[in-house]
Amino acid sequence: MTRPHIEVRDLTMAYGDRVIQRDLGFDINRGDIFVIMGGSGCGKSTLLKHLLGLVEPAAGDILYNGRSFVNADDAQRDAMRRSWGITYQSGGLFSAMTLAENVELPLQLYTRYSAADRAGIIAYKLALVGLDGYQSFYPSEISGGMRKRAALARAIALDPDILFFDEPSAGLDPISSRLLDDLIVQLQESTGATVVMVTHELPSIFGIATNSVYLDAASRTMIAYGDPRELRDHSDQAVVRQFLARQASAGDAAASKEKA
Amino acid sequence: MLTEDRDRAVLTLSGDWVQGSNYPDLRLLHDELACLASPQLLVDGSALGEWDSVLMAFLLQSYNQCRENNTEFHSHGLPPTVQHLLTVATAVPPQPPPAGDQRPWYNRIEVGAGIREMAKLTRDSLGFIGELSIALWRLLLGKANTRFSDFRGFCYDAGPDAFAIITLTSVLVGMILAYLGAVQLRQFGAEIYVADLVVIGTLREMGVLMTAVVMAGRTGAAYAAQLGTMQTNEEIDAIVTMGISPMEFLVLPRMLALVVMMPLLTVYANLLGIIGGGIVAGGMGITPLMYINEGQNALSLVHLNVGLLKSVVYGLLIAVAGCRAGMNSGRSSAAVGQAATSAVVTAIVYLIIADAGINIIFQQVGI
Repeated sequence: MTRPHIEVRDLTMAYGDRVIQRDLGFDINRGDIFVIMGGSGCGKSTLLKHLLGLVEPAAGDILYNGRSFVNADDAQRDAMRRSWGITYQSGGLFSAMTLAENVELPLQLYTRYSAADRAGIIAYKLALVGLDGYQSFYPSEISGGMRKRAALARAIALDPDILFFDEPSAGLDPISSRLLDDLIVQLQESTGATVVMVTHELPSIFGIATNSVYLDAASRTMIAYGDPRELRDHSDQAVVRQFLARQASAGDAAASKEKA
Repeated sequence: MLTEDRDRAVLTLSGDWVQGSNYPDLRLLHDELACLASPQLLVDGSALGEWDSVLMAFLLQSYNQCRENNTEFHSHGLPPTVQHLLTVATAVPPQPPPAGDQRPWYNRIEVGAGIREMAKLTRDSLGFIGELSIALWRLLLGKANTRFSDFRGFCYDAGPDAFAIITLTSVLVGMILAYLGAVQLRQFGAEIYVADLVVIGTLREMGVLMTAVVMAGRTGAAYAAQLGTMQTNEEIDAIVTMGISPMEFLVLPRMLALVVMMPLLTVYANLLGIIGGGIVAGGMGITPLMYINEGQNALSLVHLNVGLLKSVVYGLLIAVAGCRAGMNSGRSSAAVGQAATSAVVTAIVYLIIADAGINIIFQQVGI
């Protein structure tokens, strides 16, 4: 049996003394559309930051293709990161550059294509996300949904093995968010990339996810792992079933009011 | 109105409970409720007129007070909306406030807090300078991801774009120097030496220092704000995860641009400062020819070089202060503002300390 693409081993995440999540352990297989879900403030985005190496774990390890990322040095990490594409919650586009320059940057840094070839590739990547013709626009000149798609175009510039998404549909209308989901599935199917997504949008979770993990804010660890449709109907954790069936419990109301 | 017997107390609400109307003093009512001895409180709202949030606030407080005293809270005749709002508001019990620091105040005084803060700042700065040195070394080896087009853009921002303000400040500072000197020198009939004062003062000190202060406020703050905003927009995360060092990609071009442009701006500022001094000298009866002649006597390459050396050091310090503040900025609009402020304040403190240090060293070695 082949090794999972990404393995999370006994991961504990903490900011100083404050533990966010402990003892996380799960596998993400090659070609999965994997969803990290959980209520607001449970540490979903923090987990993503750990996977990306933007924050160091308090304990545990993350392995990509069987190789440790946590123990890798900077050069090895950069080499691993070159096979990733990342779309941040706010897009993370470079606001001082046009869309074409944004998509071009990774190509310029890591490939030897000529300027003309690069222009062709930029047009192709932008066309994939439906933005061909917007090359000379700056991120501030396009809508939120377009920014997310432009960020996706930059993320797929180097034909990555793994695509990370932080709340891709946050702030999008239902139709744009559905179109973005469809785009993610199409890209996954045509490239075979592994997709890791942080989201709490149920339509996305049921529409495209093939596997998932549920992080619980109260117990500070993962309490469910598997196909989200299965979890909705058969999870042994009531919280997970309620989350996936969009039901609030009294405890949730208290927690949400406490946060507010 | 509150009536009480052995089994229960009845609170009858009547009249209007709206802003400006004549509802009872809530504190007095609460004090009365707090002393209730009966096991039940019935709130009767059948005589209630108009009401707004003040009524709801009172009811909620009464409800919570009853719960604390283990008194049963009942209501009767309240308008359905009031009843419903009360149900919503009381659905979740009030949360205990987060446990604060339980230590007595005298144990909470931290003697070393300021020192620890300073130590952290120093550690951060040293770490930043270390990373910057590595980036610079990689640039020399030709391995750095620094884009020449970025450098060119920043050169334009830190150079030609600053001409107008540098022109204004330099001419005025030259004039101020000349006035200051002329008033004193006139007492000895030595007005002509105003030229020496202006030339030496501008070249060695004022030209470069004023340029640096203007650039700290202009470019240093801009660097901090740019990098801070990039931090907020996750752009720096995107750079890191693309496998690019933000030091090489963002900090180096900014720093190099400022280090290259500062000496050029200083030469320009020196020239204008001397011209400014000349204008004042002209007003005091020193002809331009005399001014130039005397100025030339004072002009020496040593003075010019002292100023230029300072300008390179200052450019570096302003860029380090600005970029460090931006890179360490938090992820909110307030944090970006703090980063910009800290960039300017730190830069000016650095400038003055460096200026004093350089002057002392030059004094000692006799330059």
